[in-house]
Amino acid sequence: MTSSNQAVGAPHFSDTEFKEAIASPDKPVLVDFYADWCGPCKLAAPVIDKLSDEFKDKVVVAKVDVDEYTEVAKEYGVMSIPTVIIFKAGQVIDRKIGFPGEEGYRQMIEKALAA
Amino acid sequence: MTHTKLAIIGSGPSGYTAAIYAARAMLQPVLFAGIQSGGQLMNTTDIENYPGFKDGVDGPQLMLTMREQAQRFGSDIQDKYVVAVDFSQRPFKLWTTLPSSIPFDVYEKAKPAERVELMKTIRTQEPEWTADSAIISTGATSIMLGVPGEDLFWGRGVSTCAVCDAAFYKEKNTYVIGGGDSAMEDTLALIKFAKSVTILHRRDAFRASKIMQDRVLKHPKVKVKWNTVVEEVLGSQQVEKIRIKENGVVSEVPADGVFIAIGHTPQTSIFQDQIQLDEHGYLVTRQSASKVGLELAEKAINDKGLLDFPSMTSVEGVFGAGDVVDVRYKQAVTAAGQGCAAALDAERWLEAR
Repeated sequence: MTSSNQAVGAPHFSDTEFKEAIASPDKPVLVDFYADWCGPCKLAAPVIDKLSDEFKDKVVVAKVDVDEYTEVAKEYGVMSIPTVIIFKAGQVIDRKIGFPGEEGYRQMIEKALAA
Repeated sequence: MTHTKLAIIGSGPSGYTAAIYAARAMLQPVLFAGIQSGGQLMNTTDIENYPGFKDGVDGPQLMLTMREQAQRFGSDIQDKYVVAVDFSQRPFKLWTTLPSSIPFDVYEKAKPAERVELMKTIRTQEPEWTADSAIISTGATSIMLGVPGEDLFWGRGVSTCAVCDAAFYKEKNTYVIGGGDSAMEDTLALIKFAKSVTILHRRDAFRASKIMQDRVLKHPKVKVKWNTVVEEVLGSQQVEKIRIKENGVVSEVPADGVFIAIGHTPQTSIFQDQIQLDEHGYLVTRQSASKVGLELAEKAINDKGLLDFPSMTSVEGVFGAGDVVDVRYKQAVTAAGQGCAAALDAERWLEAR
């Protein structure tokens, strides 16, 4: 049984999926650049999953593993993780380096939805 | 407004251990973990010297486990910062929300004297929490260089956590600033990835332990510039070079990463007008290994010749544990031990009232 309220969490994007998603004009895209060995990323992960479920109709929320997709991380200037970037129609709206708490990510989403 | 018997401020090994003990003593403690819970061990990988883990343990995982252990016995963990306290009378008051007139970044970046003023404004509001007793275990934070460009390129080439960020510096030119053990650890973390690691130290000798110095200095990738300070971090999108002064001579050198390891400072600015601190900002308890600690202790020897409530600060009912009080050891295991001691003291003190 699946219900519309089921928690599924944020999907993991490959570099190609990431680029396709941010190019789409439909919804803002919030991407969490993370790695398994990063402590603060472990705090961010459950928050990212929660926001992905909560905003699934309005915002695409996804994760990109920087160990696996080093080039795309480099391309977007990720040099410290977690780095979370929110895009709208291909443009960077906001970026947060380090875990800013749930409220910090909510503010990014609000900013992108208002933009 | 919610009341608790015991408020614990801080979520490193000392805070979580205090919460485990206090919760098992049925004190139903509230632990204010801050937004980035887990303390300094969140910025590590393998911890090899925490007893009970013979093959080492992942630092962040250790902290997440301690958090769950504290929760298991009924600690209420609040992922919020305490932004002001009032310890002048009991019950103590704690604030966790800023008034709309104070944006978070203004509060966060405020210098100590400015923060005192901001806290006065915060205290005009009703506090969210009151507490019969408190344990302060807010730990320590990295000292920054305070040079131009450092803030601007934070997370874009400037870092205080080589272990976290080293992997982004494959085949890059990196600099480590400092001369203590943490500078040596940062250097060893970077060696695995970077093309070069240059240590800049303001003196002509390291104060790091001999074993760490040996590991670093014999490595072919490592260079050292003695009597050298950073004057500015420069770049466009990210760090590109740094201006340094070596033996009084200024030059600009290409740099991709600047890792700052010049030490830590105790996080006590929210307590500065409430409680006794030593000249370096450490919270003072009756067992502080310092002259001021000894002075506090002398006043608290009981008629049996024993020290009452060794972890108590200058304020009756407020206790201290971990790196915020520790002028000497600063280890995960000593912090955990001090957290335990503070919880036992708080429990006895609450019972005696």
